[in-house]
Order: sequence, then structure tokens, then C-alpha cells
Amino acid sequence: MWEQIRSNQRRSVLLVGVMLLLLAALGAAIGGAVLPPDGVFLGVAVAAGLWIIMTLVAYFQGDNILLAASGAREIKKEDHPQLFNVVEEMTIASRLPKMPRVFIINDQAMNAFATGRKPENSAVAITSGLLARLNRDQLQGVIAHEIGHIKNQDIRYMTIVGVMLGTIVILSEFFLRGMFRASMTRRYGGGRRGGGGPQAQAVLLVLAIVFAILAPILGQLIYFACSRRREYLADASGAVFTRYPEGLASALELLANDTHKMTQVSRATAPMFIVNPLDKGRRAAVGLMSTHPPIEERVRILRSMAGGAAFTNYQEAWKKVAGSRAGSLPPSALSEAAPVAVRAPGAEAAPTPQDARRRLRETGDILRKASQFLFLACACGMRVKIPPEFKRDHIGCPRCGRNLQVPVAHLAAIAAVSGAAGRENVPVAQAKTTPQAPLEIVRKDRQWMSFKCACGAVQQLAPSFEGDATRCTACGRTIRVRG
Amino acid sequence: MSALIIVLLVLVGLAVLLVLWLIGVYNVLIRLRNEVRNAWSQIDVQLKRRHDLIPNLVETAKGYMQHERETLESVTRARNLAAGASGRGVGEQGKAEAGLSQALSSFFVVVEQYPDLKANQNFLALQEELTSTENKISFARQAYNDQAMHLNNKIEMFPSNIVAGMFRFERAEFFEIEAPAEREVPKVSFS
Repeated sequence: MWEQIRSNQRRSVLLVGVMLLLLAALGAAIGGAVLPPDGVFLGVAVAAGLWIIMTLVAYFQGDNILLAASGAREIKKEDHPQLFNVVEEMTIASRLPKMPRVFIINDQAMNAFATGRKPENSAVAITSGLLARLNRDQLQGVIAHEIGHIKNQDIRYMTIVGVMLGTIVILSEFFLRGMFRASMTRRYGGGRRGGGGPQAQAVLLVLAIVFAILAPILGQLIYFACSRRREYLADASGAVFTRYPEGLASALELLANDTHKMTQVSRATAPMFIVNPLDKGRRAAVGLMSTHPPIEERVRILRSMAGGAAFTNYQEAWKKVAGSRAGSLPPSALSEAAPVAVRAPGAEAAPTPQDARRRLRETGDILRKASQFLFLACACGMRVKIPPEFKRDHIGCPRCGRNLQVPVAHLAAIAAVSGAAGRENVPVAQAKTTPQAPLEIVRKDRQWMSFKCACGAVQQLAPSFEGDATRCTACGRTIRVRG
Repeated sequence: MSALIIVLLVLVGLAVLLVLWLIGVYNVLIRLRNEVRNAWSQIDVQLKRRHDLIPNLVETAKGYMQHERETLESVTRARNLAAGASGRGVGEQGKAEAGLSQALSSFFVVVEQYPDLKANQNFLALQEELTSTENKISFARQAYNDQAMHLNNKIEMFPSNIVAGMFRFERAEFFEIEAPAEREVPKVSFS
């Protein structure tokens, strides 16, 4: 394990060096073109300065920026015990020094990512869509993949390389736009600044422009190449940690067939996720420019791991699927690998669509509770969720149309205290009614039930209705429910 | 004369080297032993957690399973046996824990016949905790056994076995709770 991380680090250092050279060369070319006599050093200095500042920001605040940018919310064990337990299990299996913080992103799309600058200070984030549709084994596979990224120190590396790429892109953009504008003013304003032979300067300028166009592409190629390789390694780690490759394989398959699009994602954060969120919906053409290997291939590799769940088994499977002699994993990962026996699958079946919908709702509720929403239980069985900034004192129930009173003072108090205080004592809403003679009905079974109130309005009882009385939505009379 | 001094110097040099080597090997052995102890404490935490969960589980199940007194009692008995074995060495504890795992898995087989119990929120929460604890035990067990193997290799291999013998380092016992029947976590379907 350690050997493999070290070998990764060696390659990382090499790639970072290449990227740095690219950055410096770009700075030099631009500097040389803009200020001919001694701009070379100035250009390099500016490029280096920009890079250092961006790296420092990314290094110390990158994880928080990323988590905030994707709308992730930290959860505690009470909020989602299973997710928390699975992360704990994988922390033990991977022998991380400290358990990563756990975040949920409220998004229908299925995805997950890990972040943090070192294994002692890391985080995993998972969308509520993923949480809702995976069973325990699959969830374990996904978390193991993410913890694999943490363990292999991919995150820090991807952040550093990503920032370099960003610096290169920014520099070349600035330069090209500047050149474009300069050429416009020159054409119309005439006049040429002195210094150097005009011939030599023109040549330098052309070279710099060509380089400024090529550098970001080159940088991206380097970036994507190592990003893909790291996905394979994380998949292999996932199989080793869970001792159950099928869990990750079937989870990836579900992810591949997911058609939801993530709402908050950018090109910069895309490589961090377990599947590229920007590739959703279209057949991802595998080329030099893709951040992730194609999911189908990843699934096929995991499925063809025969005889165990160790790194060596993954390597064999990779060779078989890719049809190549050279493996995808660093050789040092294989030398130390002990055999890992595949464990039996857990008994939990994949959630049905109904289960998934219910769990999606539950996850949403967890997040709403964390955001101080107030839950009003309507007599029809509906739970109305009221955001803390809600100002009116009543609201119509979206299912039965009853007029519900919102305890405004309570809501304000919750917003003021903003703690766990609002989580308990949820008041039951009172319907505003005028007294009428009560009506009594008999309930036969626990299905949806329709009946007519004495006033003529059709009423419905939900299967989840638990109480012994309700009110007519039209006339407001009390309806006693028996049975 | 000078030849004697050279011989003496060489001997002293060799003795110093030997002492340095001794210190080095001794420290490696100590480090390995501490790592084994640390890995064991990781397992121990989870075993204790399992012991703590079971009374709650039995309490919750009691109301639903009046006719399964036998099963519940055997779980409680196995739990008490395992709790009693704690601190009595890895091998013995492993045996007691294996018994507990056995009792738990037959308990969860019986649970299948009680849909009301399976729908109980409290029970579901306990079941998730138990499943997770079993997983944690098995992952921590792997870490422990790896460490134990490193220590044992060092103790038995030449030349470090000389140092280990001098300071009476003892081999670490492997932690095994795998009778073939409980290779897996208790099986329960949520459907």
C-alpha cells in the first residue's frame, strides 16, 4: 500500500514538474513577446506568482470551496446512521488515520466525491439521489472508491495539478485577448512601440501566440491522463477495501444509467466525482480528453476479477478487458499485495423505485431539518415543510387544501436560536374551522378511501392516516374515523 | 604493539556495531508489538460495542417473539460468555465471539418469520448497528492479523529471532472468528 502511494507520488512529482515547465515556458513566451528585451524573467515571475497564490488558496481552502460550490451539507451520525456507519467501516478497512467528514448533496443525480488536502483532514460527499437508490453493498463500494482516492492522496494532487492547469488557462486567455485587443488598436491607432528589431519581435509574437493556444491543451492532456489512471486505482482500492467488487460494479452500473443531471457542477470540479457529472446523458466518447475511463469498462473489469479482490486480481482483469500487456496499476501496488478473499454479499436487496422515492424524501428531510425547516403535520397525513424564512401565518395544505396555521413565533424563535432546538416539539397544525355537527365514518382497510361529507364534498383518507378524527376540507366539520 | 591496538580497535568497533544492531532490532520489535496492541484495541472497541447492543436487541425482540424463548436465551447466553471472555487472550476471545456470531445468525434467521418485528424502527436501527459492527470487526480483524503476522515474522526469522529470544518477545495470536457458517454477516432481507 505504502509502496504504491510512493510510486504514485514519484510519478506525480514528475507530472507536476512537466506542468510547471509548461507554465514557466508560457510565462517566458508571453513576457518575451510583450516586453522584448527582458520580459522573459518578468513573465516567468508573474506566472509563478499567480500560480503560488492560487495554489495556496486551493491548498488551504480548496475543500471548503468545493463543498460549498456543490451545495454539500455536513451530517452527523443521527442524521443518517447507515451512511455514517459505512464510512466508518471503510475508514477501518482502509486504515485511514481519521474518519473523513460526511456530507450530503441534495441532488437527484447520482454522484459522489472526496476532498481534503491530506488523509487526516478529508471529506466525502454523496448526493441524496445516490443514497436513495443504492443498497448497502453498493453504497459501501462507492464510499470505498472515494476513500481510495483519499488513501492514495489523489485529491491533493488533483487539486495542485488542477490549479496549475487553471493558471495556464488564465495566462493564455489573458494574453490572447490582450493580443487581440492590441492588434485592433494598433490597426486603427497606428504607432508601434520601439525596442528590438521589429522582425524578431514579430516572430516571437507568433511563437508566443501559438504556444499560448497549445499550452492549455497540453496541460489538459497531462491532467486527464493521470486523472483516468487514478480512477482505475481507486476502483481497485474499492474492491480491496470492501472485499466485494460486485458492490462497486453494480453501483457504477446504476450510475451509468442515471439520467439526472447535477445542478451545481462545473468543469473545474468534474474530475473530483466518481463519474463525470458533465458526461451524463450522452455516450461518453473515450478520448484523450475524458477525465474518467468509460463506466462500462470499469464495470467489466470489476466483474471479471476472478479468484479474489486483491490488487493483483484487478490487474489481471484489467489486462483481460483492455487487451493490453501492460497493467493500469503501478507495479509497486502489486508487489506487496496480499491475497484478498471475496466476501459474501449482504442480504439487503436493491431498493425498489418506491423505496428509492421514500428514501429520497427522507434524505431531503434530513437536510431540511438541518436547515431549520419546520414540519407541520396536516390531519390528512401530509407533512408540510416550512422554511425558516416563511413569514405568513397560514398555508394551504398542498394535498387536501386545509388551511394550516403556521406558528410564526415558534418559527422565528427557531431561526433566532438556530440550533437543534427546533428539531423536537413539532406542533400539529390547527385547521381554521367553524363548528358543525360531527360525522362518523367506518374505515375498512388501510388503503386510500373516498367518502362524501354531509355537506356533499368528496373527502379522502390517506393510507398513512393514523388519527381517529379529521375535518372536512369544505365545511370544516369534524369527521370521526372508526376501524 | 600497534597490531594489538588495531585488533582491539576492530573488536571494540565490532562490539559497538553489535550493540547498535541490537538496539535497532529491539526497537523494531517494540514498535511492531505496539502496533499489534493498537490493532487489537480497535477490534476490542467493536466487540464491546456488540456486547452492548445485544441486550437492547433482545429486549426489542422479546415483545414480538414470545415463542422463541430458546433462541433469545441462547443469544443472551452467548453474549454473556463472550463478554466474560474479554481480556482472556485473543484465542479464547475469538472462540467465544464465534459462538456469539453463530447465535446471532440463527437469531436473524428466525426473525424472518416475524414481519412485525422487521418493520419495527427500533429493531431496524439496531440491526443496522449490528451489521455495521460485524463489518467493522471483520475489517479490523484483517488489520490486526496483518500486524500480528509482521510481528511473528520478525520474532521467528533469523537473525532477529535471537534478539526476540533474549527479551522474551511472544508471538501474537491470530484472531479468528470464522467457523465456516459465519463467514458472512447475518442475513436479513429488507423486502
